Amino acid sequence: MIVADRKSLQEILAMVKDNKKILIAGCKGCVTVCNVGGLKEVEILASSMKIARKKEGNDIDIDIHVLERQCDTEYVAGISDIVDDYDAVISLACGVGPQFLSEMYKDQTFYPGVNTTFFGGATQHGVWEERCAGCGTCAIHNFGGLCPVARCAKSLLNGPCGGSSNGVCEINKDTECIWDSIVRKKMDAGQLEDLIGVKGIKDWRTARDGGPRRSIREELVQGNI
Amino acid sequence: MSELKSGSNLEKVLKAGHFAFTGECGPPKGANVEHLTEKFQYLKGNVDAVNITDNQTAVVRMSSLAASKLMVDEGLEPNFQMVCRDRNRLAIMSDILGAHALGIRNMLCLSGDHQTFGNHPQAKNVHDIDSMQLIALVKKMRDEGKFMNDEDIDVPPKMFIGAACNPFADPYEYRVYRLANKLEAGADFIQTQCIFNMDKFRDFMKKVVDMGLHEKCYILAGVTPMKNAGMANFMSRFVPGMDIPDSLIKRLKSVDKRDQAEEGIRFALEQVEEFKEMEGVAGVHMMAIEWEHKVPEIAERAKVLPRPVV
Amino acid sequence: MRLSYPADIKVIQVPCTGRVDILHLLNAIEDGADGVYVAGCLEGECHYIEGNLKARRKVEYVKKTLTELGIEPERVEMYNLSSAQGARFAEIAIEVVDKIRELGPTPVKSTHAA
Repeated sequence: MIVADRKSLQEILAMVKDNKKILIAGCKGCVTVCNVGGLKEVEILASSMKIARKKEGNDIDIDIHVLERQCDTEYVAGISDIVDDYDAVISLACGVGPQFLSEMYKDQTFYPGVNTTFFGGATQHGVWEERCAGCGTCAIHNFGGLCPVARCAKSLLNGPCGGSSNGVCEINKDTECIWDSIVRKKMDAGQLEDLIGVKGIKDWRTARDGGPRRSIREELVQGNI
Repeated sequence: MSELKSGSNLEKVLKAGHFAFTGECGPPKGANVEHLTEKFQYLKGNVDAVNITDNQTAVVRMSSLAASKLMVDEGLEPNFQMVCRDRNRLAIMSDILGAHALGIRNMLCLSGDHQTFGNHPQAKNVHDIDSMQLIALVKKMRDEGKFMNDEDIDVPPKMFIGAACNPFADPYEYRVYRLANKLEAGADFIQTQCIFNMDKFRDFMKKVVDMGLHEKCYILAGVTPMKNAGMANFMSRFVPGMDIPDSLIKRLKSVDKRDQAEEGIRFALEQVEEFKEMEGVAGVHMMAIEWEHKVPEIAERAKVLPRPVV
Repeated sequence: MRLSYPADIKVIQVPCTGRVDILHLLNAIEDGADGVYVAGCLEGECHYIEGNLKARRKVEYVKKTLTELGIEPERVEMYNLSSAQGARFAEIAIEVVDKIRELGPTPVKSTHAA
């Protein structure tokens, strides 16, 4: 899923400091699963902001609405009859949400309430870790099912570098050296030969480096693209 | 005897079978050419080539390419270090061509310390290619006369290709295979990480020799004389990939503070003596960090002077 | 035991403090409570294994939120005691009321006409 962290209250409050009536729009997709932008978090943010504004003696009206998803126009259209009732809208979806909203409702201002961080999963309740860099050319099967592009600090395809120590990356003690895991897995499986030789240079055109990407499945497209 | 790959002094010295002795020099945090050329004078005539570090530990310094050129002008031979952290493939290839054009004939291909260590941790890291691929790229440009995209190069750059090896990083069992990969990629010579744990290095070199890797390249053992016990402690704790045995720290602490530098140099000299005899070791890379003025004395006492003229 | 405790406290019963949510605490502050505290079972003695531990983490979250908003985090607290400790219950109630009195009235006041 897409993982995000909520922005600080101070940052969010500053965004809407001149507004009197706002909408906080949550999303039932990834951000609900990673506990940052679902109904519960929308309510918590609304309450926290109201506390802050009451303390300042500058009350704010906050309505909440949780969209099925903010990354599909048909769901984004679901707030068309209320969106103009507000001075501004805070979206707690990933970075896609406020953009889909901005594109559909050109006269409204949408603020991102979260920082979208990575594609990952929950390794335990409350802990999410990055697993994918969305490079557009998946080759994890060449690395024991572990991705060095996303998980090596230097995205080395021929690791591990000289900073690998006791399974830990040189950048900090909380970061696993994924190359240590790749190598050990291969060695334990008696597949050292997979790590002999030079892994070829990556074509980054399929990654963000090639410009914004688009994915088309013609059998699903109705009408013109 | 096949012809020379780059014609660098270092290549000639190694090819002639001499025990090589290389030095290291960090460019200034500024455009202070005077200070740099002053450091060169300590190295001139005492080493076969001098590594010019490339934004070492991710701290911004004068470009390694420019500093290498200044070194050429002073009549010393640079070993131009290049990290993959700061350049994409376009910049890498153009800098390699530029290096050759400026008379640089040795290159050390590195991934680079992660920028979180340096003074601009906010930087975007490039890592378009990695050090292994960089080695292969320099070889392709030199031997096939082609860019990465297979287009022909008009006057290919001739470089003696160096690579780093850290036998003290993990997983240890894999390190010798990683070295083999670097040789397959095209490394002509290897400079190791600073060696302090001699037991481990002896074991590593035995593995290297058993696999015959020492016959495919020249391995220069990395030596850094410790200035004092504090430096040893600091490196042990904060420099990634360092293996400094407690016995060495104890040895430095056992002498008076004023004599710790001398004790550090003595340990380094003992190492050099052992490396001269160690199978598979073709020379020493002396990294006297911010201690360039000690190099003449160290070279003298290591009995590696005068340097061969080939 | 006819123990008395301050009348300033409104008790809201829940089956387990695990049921207490961040929102309950925030809403109380939002609606003008000068303080809120959660009285859970002794740690290690939750009938639902870790309801009281979860409650403590939620209290900590709300304390952080209040701090970020420049409100005294001491306005929200977690206490642990057993149902047999009536005297302790009264003692805590007095302690909380005293502390809140010291802090003064909540800075969270509506400017809307009532």
